[in-house]
Amino acid sequence: MIPELGHLCLFFALAVALAQGVLPLVGAQRNQAGWMVLARPLAQWQALFIALAFVLLAASFVRNDFSVLYVTNNSNSALPLEYRLAAVWGGHEGSLLLWVLMLNIWTVAVARFSSRLPLPFAARILAVMGLVSVGFLLFMLLTSNPFDRMIPAAADGRDLNPLLQDPGMVIHPPMLYMGYVGFSVAFAFAIAALLGGNLDAAWARWTRPWTTAAWVFLTFGIGLGSWWAYNELGWGGWWFWDPVENASFMPWLAGTALIHSLAVSEKRGGFKVWTVWLAIMAFSLSLLGTFLVRSGVLSSVHAFATDPKRGLFILAFLVIVIGSSLALFAWRAPKVGLGQRFGLFSRESLLLVNNMMLAVACGAVLLGTLYPLLLDALGMGKISVGPPYFDSVFALLMAPLVLVMGIGPLTRWKHDEIGPLLKRLSPALVIALVAALGVGAWAGRISLMTTGGLLMAFWIVATLGVDLKARLLPAGGSFKQVGHRAGQMPLALWGMLAAHLGVAAFAFGVAMVKTYETERDVKMGPGDSTEIAGYRFKMTGLRSVPGPNYQAAQGRIEVSHGDTPVATLYPEKRIYRVQSNPMTEAAVDSNLLRDLYISMGEQLPSGEWIVRVQYKPFIVWIWGGCLMMMAGGVLAMSDRRYRVKSKVKQAATTAAPTPEAAA
Amino acid sequence: MNRYLLPLAGFLVLVGFLAFGLKLDPREVPSPLIDKPAPAFSAALLSQPDKRVTRDDLIGKAWVLNVWASWCAPCREEHPLWVAYAQRSPVPIYGLNYKDKPLAASAWLQQLGNPYAESLTDPDGRIGIDYGVYGVPETFVIDKQGVVRLKHTGPVTPEVLRDKIDPLLKKLNG
Repeated sequence: MIPELGHLCLFFALAVALAQGVLPLVGAQRNQAGWMVLARPLAQWQALFIALAFVLLAASFVRNDFSVLYVTNNSNSALPLEYRLAAVWGGHEGSLLLWVLMLNIWTVAVARFSSRLPLPFAARILAVMGLVSVGFLLFMLLTSNPFDRMIPAAADGRDLNPLLQDPGMVIHPPMLYMGYVGFSVAFAFAIAALLGGNLDAAWARWTRPWTTAAWVFLTFGIGLGSWWAYNELGWGGWWFWDPVENASFMPWLAGTALIHSLAVSEKRGGFKVWTVWLAIMAFSLSLLGTFLVRSGVLSSVHAFATDPKRGLFILAFLVIVIGSSLALFAWRAPKVGLGQRFGLFSRESLLLVNNMMLAVACGAVLLGTLYPLLLDALGMGKISVGPPYFDSVFALLMAPLVLVMGIGPLTRWKHDEIGPLLKRLSPALVIALVAALGVGAWAGRISLMTTGGLLMAFWIVATLGVDLKARLLPAGGSFKQVGHRAGQMPLALWGMLAAHLGVAAFAFGVAMVKTYETERDVKMGPGDSTEIAGYRFKMTGLRSVPGPNYQAAQGRIEVSHGDTPVATLYPEKRIYRVQSNPMTEAAVDSNLLRDLYISMGEQLPSGEWIVRVQYKPFIVWIWGGCLMMMAGGVLAMSDRRYRVKSKVKQAATTAAPTPEAAA
Repeated sequence: MNRYLLPLAGFLVLVGFLAFGLKLDPREVPSPLIDKPAPAFSAALLSQPDKRVTRDDLIGKAWVLNVWASWCAPCREEHPLWVAYAQRSPVPIYGLNYKDKPLAASAWLQQLGNPYAESLTDPDGRIGIDYGVYGVPETFVIDKQGVVRLKHTGPVTPEVLRDKIDPLLKKLNG
């Protein structure tokens, strides 16, 4: 009964979503307030049905209802409860439901916090989001129903993929989807503005916090995925340039560009066409990512079980959503007009460089990801594009980006003089150079790539220092005023500083790990030991450990540095009973300076194990950098100007008053 | 021409490729073994561990080599197809039981049916390396002269069996 109720909820949600997608839109075109005010209550009803469906699916997992095909495929009675709940989004069908749930959470949030928006604008936004939801609900109901029954019921389930049985994996997909789907808000704002013709500074200001929020979630999701892969896949890599990772990285790059171009649109009224295009792109790339993951056109470690019908459906959906938005763009954008003029050297021009670099980087990732598909389609053979392409292209593109990242915040809007600025920046350049070479010398080896990476990191830090000093301790200012001035700085500014510092931490981590990591594969049995980077790893035990749904071989490895004991680590090799594939559970001793990473490979006939020990300097800085970028985003979103009720000049098309009561 | 139409045009080209891509199988990697002599092996039989079969023993008739393991979930998916195929086709299907435990493997066959003329065992995956096995299941078609004529990676589908493997075997057996 429970699955049927869930199925029914999906049908109700589809009906409501259709109404939400059509009525307010038509109302806005015909200026009928009665139809427009329907948007909010309909959005709430849809969210209610989706939430119910989600709870009902979760209930089937909790109850171990193996008459539900999806539960059978992704769960098992021996699976611990927390993973049974996470298994709700462990497969294709359930993760789609999660996607729609996230979309509804965003929609309800927009409905709740849009009371200040002109009614037709809010109605159009909610309608666009409703239409997106219609597409996904149809996809689920026609090709991927999570509530499908299997009669007779299975005796037990096939268990959740062991790779997903990890706390990081429990929250990685929801965060990632919050980010992906979050860009639907910026997308809906852009479409609504194109339809209504009200692309102005106010539009940019409304769009900004939503975009930043989605970007924060996406950053968290990607960072978490990387951290999970590092801990769970057992070979110590943190980014693989896998097509599916790229699928999440492309919207991130587009979103990052969007955040910066929105700044220009809000502050200077410029870049409007470009901003709208980026808003459409960020979400389109999210949708493209969905297609790549779920259609099977690319081979990837992440790919869901594939079904050609699904691929075709998503492709058709892509054509409708992206095609119609780009057509709308081509029709409306020429009338938007340019913003205020700006000089060749100004904050605008530097942000333009930023946007160009991010867009080109995004294009390069897209090209690398789809290149095997393109060649294959043209009959030119099968190839795969790997890290060497992405690493080198990326390093080259990031260098100019980081250069302007240092200069941009110090530059005035509209027009600035290069000469005096260079003078202010020259100490920063010297400091960055000295620090980069100094770190190289300290680590014992100076190479071009490392120095380049470190230079980027220190350049950002040093220019931030110059910026902060100018703001907190201007010429003639006194030390006593520093605290006061810091308090006066808007949160958005702090947010920018934190996010840029995060980029520096990230670049530093990457440069250090790439250059100075060492690893060794050794044969080990109890009593054996090995040494890398001054650390001694001694295996002092080997035992068999039973888990709830697996059996593990667990090594006990004592790590020491000189005579000082550092840690005792317990790497495992697990065999999960149902799917009976082996899983490496690496053991990591982590601190700010370095990670010691141990994973067990294959067991030899002699009973010894191939053990891989790795020394990874400063690797946590990579994820620390991501956290700082997120913190920056959160600070920027909390800026008070987004909370202050400002009298917004309404565009000509927005004649109707804003009915607060409708919310 | 309206330059704002360019993104739409670019997108439509991309859609063309994606639509085409749907028909392709990215996991289908051409094997360097195609039209080359099948690598030699000498393997113990699953049913009689003291008896060995070599590549040369099988020369003289076209045959199918199906790499499988009891731990392999997709093998379970394709297995009924092989069981059915073995009943209606005279072509011998040899299993290569890859990195498996004999007991688990025998139990698996007992439970799901045994389509194989014999199953060769490859406990440490050495034969698998020679044949370029990188995912289980994989299927090879080898002709009378011992030359590899087809390789399929991943579970066979009814379509693959009907449209590719079966016609090829019929042709090879004249």
